[in-house]
Amino acid sequence: MLLNSVHRVVSQIGRSTMQIADEIGYVGSLFGEALFFLFVGPTRGQPVRWHHILHQMRQIGADAIPIVALLSLVIGLSLAINGIAQLKAFGAESAIVIGVALGVTREFGPLITGIVVAGRTASALAARIGSMVVSQEVDALRVIGVEPSRYLAAPPLIAAMVMLPCLTIVSDFFAILGGGLFSAGPLEITMYGYFHQSLEALEPWDITQGLIKSLVFGILIVLIGVGTGFSVKGGAEGVGQATTRAVVVSICAILVADMFFSFFLNR
Amino acid sequence: MSESSPVIEVDRLVTHYGARKILDQVDFRVDPGEIRVIMGGSGSGKSTLLRFLLGLHTPTAGSIRLLGRDIHRLGARDQLAFRREIGVSFQGGALFTSMTVGDNVALPLREHFDLDENTIRIMTRLKLEVVNLGGFQDLMPSQLSGGMIKRAALARAIVMDPKLLFFDEPSAGLDPVVSAELDELILKLRDAMRMTIVVVTHELDSAFKIADKITVLDQGKVLMTGSVDEVKASPSERIQDLLNRRPRELEVDVDEYLQRLTGRDSG
Repeated sequence: MLLNSVHRVVSQIGRSTMQIADEIGYVGSLFGEALFFLFVGPTRGQPVRWHHILHQMRQIGADAIPIVALLSLVIGLSLAINGIAQLKAFGAESAIVIGVALGVTREFGPLITGIVVAGRTASALAARIGSMVVSQEVDALRVIGVEPSRYLAAPPLIAAMVMLPCLTIVSDFFAILGGGLFSAGPLEITMYGYFHQSLEALEPWDITQGLIKSLVFGILIVLIGVGTGFSVKGGAEGVGQATTRAVVVSICAILVADMFFSFFLNR
Repeated sequence: MSESSPVIEVDRLVTHYGARKILDQVDFRVDPGEIRVIMGGSGSGKSTLLRFLLGLHTPTAGSIRLLGRDIHRLGARDQLAFRREIGVSFQGGALFTSMTVGDNVALPLREHFDLDENTIRIMTRLKLEVVNLGGFQDLMPSQLSGGMIKRAALARAIVMDPKLLFFDEPSAGLDPVVSAELDELILKLRDAMRMTIVVVTHELDSAFKIADKITVLDQGKVLMTGSVDEVKASPSERIQDLLNRRPRELEVDVDEYLQRLTGRDSG
C-alpha cells in the first residue's frame, strides 16, 4: 500500500519533470525558429514582415502605455507613502528620493511593466493562436507555405524585445513622478528638484539593468504566450485553459527571472 | 513529371498514434484531371490521410509523391514551390478571422509573389467572382454564412491556380441546396481549370455526383478503389453497410455486458 503510494508520487514527479523539460525545450526551439526566420528567413522566401512587427509593437507597447503609466504612478505613490513613514523614525525622510529612484529603475519599473504586459499580451497571444489552432487556421498557414512560427511568433517576439524596455522607461518616469507627487511636499522641494535629485542618485547601470530585465521579461512573455497557444487541444475549453495558463506561467517566469537577476546583478 | 504520370502516388503508407495503427498499408494513385473522392465512416482514417497528403505529418512508413515529388523529402525552397501548386479548402473554411475576405484570398499571393497591390486586388476579385462572391471582399469572415465561408476558402485555395486541390468535407454543415451548388463548383473548377481534385467526404450523394473514382477507407485500410458504379456494385459487406448507411455491428455483446454489470440476466 505504502509502496504503491510512493510509486505513484515518484511517477507523478517524474512525469511533471519530463513535461516541464519538454515545454522548456519547445519554448527554446520556438525562440530559435523566430530568430532564424528574422535573420535567415528573407533568403528562404520566409521574411518576417515589418508591418506585422509594427502592428505588434502598437498592441504590445503603445496600447499598454496608459495602464503601465497609471500603475507605475500608483506604485511610486505607495513607495513614497510607506518609505517616508518608515524613514521618519530615523529622521531620514530625504533618503526616500534615492530609495524610490533605485527601487523603481532596478526593480519595480521592469516588474510592473512585465506583469502588465504578461496580463495583456501572453493571454492575447495564447487566445489568438489557440483559436487559430482549433479552427485549422494554423494548418491553413502551413499549407499556404507560411511557417507559423515566422508569421505568429517572430513579430510579437521582436516587438516585445523593443517595446518592453521602452515601456519600462515610461514606467520608471511615472513611478518617480508618483514618488515626487507625495514626497515633494513633506521634503519641501519642487517637483523639478525632486527629479533632479533622483537623476543625481541614479547611475547609468541602475537604468540599464532594469532595461535588460525587461528585455528578458518580454522574451519570456511572448514565448510562453505563443507556445501555450500552439499547444492548445480540445476546442474552446482548451483555448480558455491555455489563456489562463499563459498568464500564470508568464508571471511566475517573470518573478523567478527577476529573483535571479536581483541575485546576480546586485552581488 | 509527364502529362500522364499520376498526380498523387501513395505507397504503403503506415502511421501510428501511440500503439494504435491509424493508417495501414494505404496504397492508391490519382491521375491528372481526376476527381477522386476518399470516402469512409467516422474513424476510418480519411481525415488523417488528408493531413498526410497535405504534408502536415510525417508517416511512420511508406511514401507520398505529389506532382512527382516525395513531399516529405523536400528542402525549404522546394517545399515553398510545392505549396504554390496545391490548394486546400478545410472543413470549417479556416479563414483568418482577423482579416477581410479579400485579405484572406490575397494572403497566398502576398506571401509567394512580389506583386503590386493593384494586381493582387484584381486577381483576388477575379477568384472571388469565380466562386460567386464578387463584391464581398471587404466583409469579415464573421459576417458570412457557412456556405459563403466555404466558397471564400475555395477562392483562397485556387488563387494561385494550383494543379492539385483538396477539399475536406465540403458539404459538412451546409443545406442540400448550398451543398449542391458547391458540388457544381467543384466540377466547374476541374473542367475550366484542369485541376486534379481530391475530396474527403462521407456524404454519399455528393460523392456519387462529383467522383471519377472513389477510394473507400475502413479502419485505416483501403477497402477498394473504383468508379462510382464499381463501388455501388461492390460485394463487400462493409462497403454495402456504408452505402446503405447501416451502422457497424457492435463489437460488444450488450446482454453479456449488462449481465456482468448488474450481476443478473437482462432477459
